[in-house]
Parts: sequence; C-alpha cells; structure tokens
Amino acid sequence: MIEVRRLRKSFGQAAVLDGVGLRVGQGESLCVIGQSGTGKSVLLKCILGLIQPDEGVILSQGQPLDQAHFMQRFGMLFQGAALFDSLSVWQNVAFRLRQRMSDRAARAIALEKLARVGLGPETADLMPAQLSGGMAKRAGLARAIADDPAVIFFDEPTTGLDPIRARSIDSLIRGIVTETGATAVTITHDMASVRAIGDRVALLQGGRIVHDGPVAAMDQAPALAKFLG
Amino acid sequence: MNPLRAIGRPALRLTRGIGAVTLFAARGLGGLTPFPARAILAQLLQIGWLSLPVVGLTALFTGAALALQIHSGGERFQASDVVPAIVAIGMVRELGPVLGGLMVAARVASAIAAEIGTMRVTEQIDALVTLSTDPVRWLVTPRLWAAILSLPVLVAVGDIIGIMGGWLVGTTSLGFNSATYIANSWAYLEGWDVLSGLIKGAVFGLIVALSGCWFGMRSGRGAAGVGRATTSAVVAAAVGILAANFALTGLFFR
Ligand SMILES: Nc1ncnc2c1ncn2[C@@H]1O[C@H](COP(=O)(O)OP(=O)(O)OP(=O)(O)O)[C@@H](O)[C@H]1O
Ligand SMILES: [Mg+2]
Repeated sequence: MIEVRRLRKSFGQAAVLDGVGLRVGQGESLCVIGQSGTGKSVLLKCILGLIQPDEGVILSQGQPLDQAHFMQRFGMLFQGAALFDSLSVWQNVAFRLRQRMSDRAARAIALEKLARVGLGPETADLMPAQLSGGMAKRAGLARAIADDPAVIFFDEPTTGLDPIRARSIDSLIRGIVTETGATAVTITHDMASVRAIGDRVALLQGGRIVHDGPVAAMDQAPALAKFLG
Repeated sequence: MNPLRAIGRPALRLTRGIGAVTLFAARGLGGLTPFPARAILAQLLQIGWLSLPVVGLTALFTGAALALQIHSGGERFQASDVVPAIVAIGMVRELGPVLGGLMVAARVASAIAAEIGTMRVTEQIDALVTLSTDPVRWLVTPRLWAAILSLPVLVAVGDIIGIMGGWLVGTTSLGFNSATYIANSWAYLEGWDVLSGLIKGAVFGLIVALSGCWFGMRSGRGAAGVGRATTSAVVAAAVGILAANFALTGLFFR
C-alpha cells in the first residue's frame, strides 16, 4: 500500500539514507529497527513529506504519494511527542477533530482516546509543560490515533515508559491494527515491542534496509542477532 | 578567481533571499480565510498591550531629553522658544516610530523567534503539517497582522507621552508656561507629520514580526539553533527598521 524506492537523503556530506527500499501492505504492521542515529526518524519524515529526499520515490497504491491528501488519513506520533505548548492536553488530542466538530464533541472523543493510553480525565486540562516525559508520549499517542487514521506512524512509542506501560502501549497498537485494519509503521528499539505488534520487521543499517522479514522468523535471522542479544 | 563571479554569487544569493522573504511575507499576510480572530486578538495582547510600558517609558525619557537638548541648542541663536514645536515634530515624525519600533523589536522579534524556533526544534511545526494545518497560516499570519495593527497605536501613545515628557521638563525646569507650551506643540504640528509616523509604525511592525517569524521558522537544531535564530531576528529587525525609516523619510519628506 505504501512503497518507498531508492530513497536517498544526505545532510551535508553525510549520507543518512542511501537507497532505502521498503513496502508496507494494507493492514500490515511493520516495525523498523536500527541503531540510534541511523536515520529511522528521517525515513519517516521523508515519507510524510516533512523532509525533502534527495532522490527516490514514495508510492501509495502505486501512485506517487500526495502528502497533503494523505495527511487527512494518517496519524503520526513524533519521537519527542511534539505536543503544542500553547494548547492543553485535550486540545492537542482533539486538534484535528476540532476542525470539523464542536469543541464539546471533540473533547468527549479526546477523553476517550486519553483513557485508551492510560491518561485519566484529570490530565485533559493540563498544559504539556506539566506532563512527565512518559505522559507526554502517551498524550502524543492519543493525538496520533484520535481521528481513527488508516495509516499510523509511531516513532518510538514505548521509549521512556516503564515496562508495564510499554506492554500496554504495545497491545494498544496491536489492538488498533487488528480492530480497525489500520496500517502501522513503528520505529522502535524494543524487541519485545517488535514481537508484540509487528507482522514484519525491517532493519535499517548504513543507510539501507539490510533485513526485511516476518517477525515470526526473526529469531533465525542472522542480521538481527545482535539486536536480540 | 573571476571577479564577476565574486560579485555575482553573493548578489544572486541576496536576490534569492529577498525573493524568499517576500514570498514568505505574502503567504503570511494572505492567510486570512478563515479569519483568525482569536489568534490575532491573543497576539495583539502579546505584541501591543504588553509593549505599552516599555514604549511609554522610552518615549517619556526621549521627549524629556529632547526638550533639554533643543533648549540648550536653541539658546545659541536666541531661539529656545521653539522647544515645544520641535519636540512635537521630532517625536511624531521620527523618534516615536523609530524608538518605539526598536523597543518592540527587542521585546517582540526575540519572543516570536524563540517561540517559533522552539516549536521548530521540538517538531511542533512538523506536527502541525501532519495535522493538515498550514504552519504559516497558524503561526505567522496572526503575528504579522497583530504587529502591523498594534505598532501605529503604540507609536501614537509614544508620541503623546513623548510630548508630555518635553512638557514636563519644559514647565518644571526650562521656565515655560504650561498653556503656552501645549499651544505651541499643537500650533506647528501638521496632520501629515503624525500620519507619516503612524505609517512608519505599521511598516516597522511588519518588519519586527516578519523577522521573528522568518528566523524562528528557519531555526537550526537544538537550543543553540534557537538562540541564534533569536539573535538574528532582533538584529535583522533593528537594522531593517533603521533602513526602512531612512527610505520612508526620504519618500515622505523630500
Ligand atoms: N534536519 C536535520 N539536519 C541535519 N541532520 C539531521 C537532520 N535530521 C537528522 N539528521 C541527522 O541524520 C541522522 C539520523 O537521524 P535520525 O533522527 O533519523 O536517527 P534515528 O535513527 O531516528 O535515531 P534514534 O533512534 O536515536 O531516534 C543523524 O546523524 C542526525 O544528526
Ligand atoms: Mg529517531
């Protein structure tokens, strides 16, 4: 459903992405792993059109991806949550909803999404600066799923959370994918997350995808050995 | 090294830069549908209302100092009774808008650049895009219009306070009669003196908000990037105000 071909991106002299090819099917959950600084976040931002790649194509159903149109149907969790400082938590979560419904209705949905990520109604009226890192991450997650997107990108959804919370976020993501048939791309360092939410796992290393295979067969893949510890 | 190339490169880059800023300004000014009334109101408070104290104080001291200077300078050719008229004209045409603009540049261009720059480095600008919201319309438009609208008002207030500063010094230590001072302030003042200063104010408002937004949006990564953006915004706004003031004065009063 989404396909990336020969994606290249350099910052100055350093090539971060050096011919990345990747494909995610409709309703599939793909996990992308890789060491810190290998360009996983850059890859996501290229797909979203937030960074202009130097080379390569991004296709959606075989057509060049029209990002502006695509944005309507997807959600994104940024690595640093990227909550808007000037808006309260519920206003952040309901940001897109408020563009087309009353504040009352949008707030009700926001509260429900916050509950799904384990944040109670008492957090709804806090400002992002009042949240802990893990709470901000979960609020960002609630914002990403608020409008029931068809495609969701998660940049390290469980980083900075305690293991119990991390597992519940994993099952939330898995649940969204199976319930709504959404397509998910998750960047993570957490192999337990990969096992819990991924159908397929891809390893980004040296600017390329060096392994791409089903999660079920991941223990036999030599390329992944050092990640599995 | 080819000398033509040495000139050509920077010239090209400058032209491109001016073009990009102009385009950015046009996009920012044009984002008025749907009309962002609440956002503009919030920015009017930030940019206009909260700048009143600093602009007022600046004008007060400037008007007072101006009165002293003109009095002592005027004595050299027995013309010290021109103090009220010159203070009024000097404040309204030149010092009100320029000093008001510079003070707002220090206060507001830095604040805008820091705020938008922080949003840039914490990926909030990217997040806006992914939520189908144009960051220029959301962030830049309200700030540009609020600055354009509030600067003339700030200048007008500064003009009045500056003239009062002159009056205060004139009547308390230069021996002017209060009623005469006020009458002489008004007598020589023309409508265009005031209006030209207000127009300058609006242009300076645009310059201040534009440089804050421009450098904020293009902020480099990390806290250092935001710091540089803030500095650049204030410097660009201040130099821009002084250059625009020269150009406008030439245009209005030649
Ligand atoms: N806007 C940018 N300008 C310059 N360099 C950048 C930019 N964005 C990313 N980089 C560089 O690209 C490289 C990859 O960054 P990226 O954020 O994609 O890493 P990552 O794989 O997501 O790492 P992590 O797991 O730590 O999040 C890094 O060396 C980073 O410094
Ligand atoms: Mg990353």
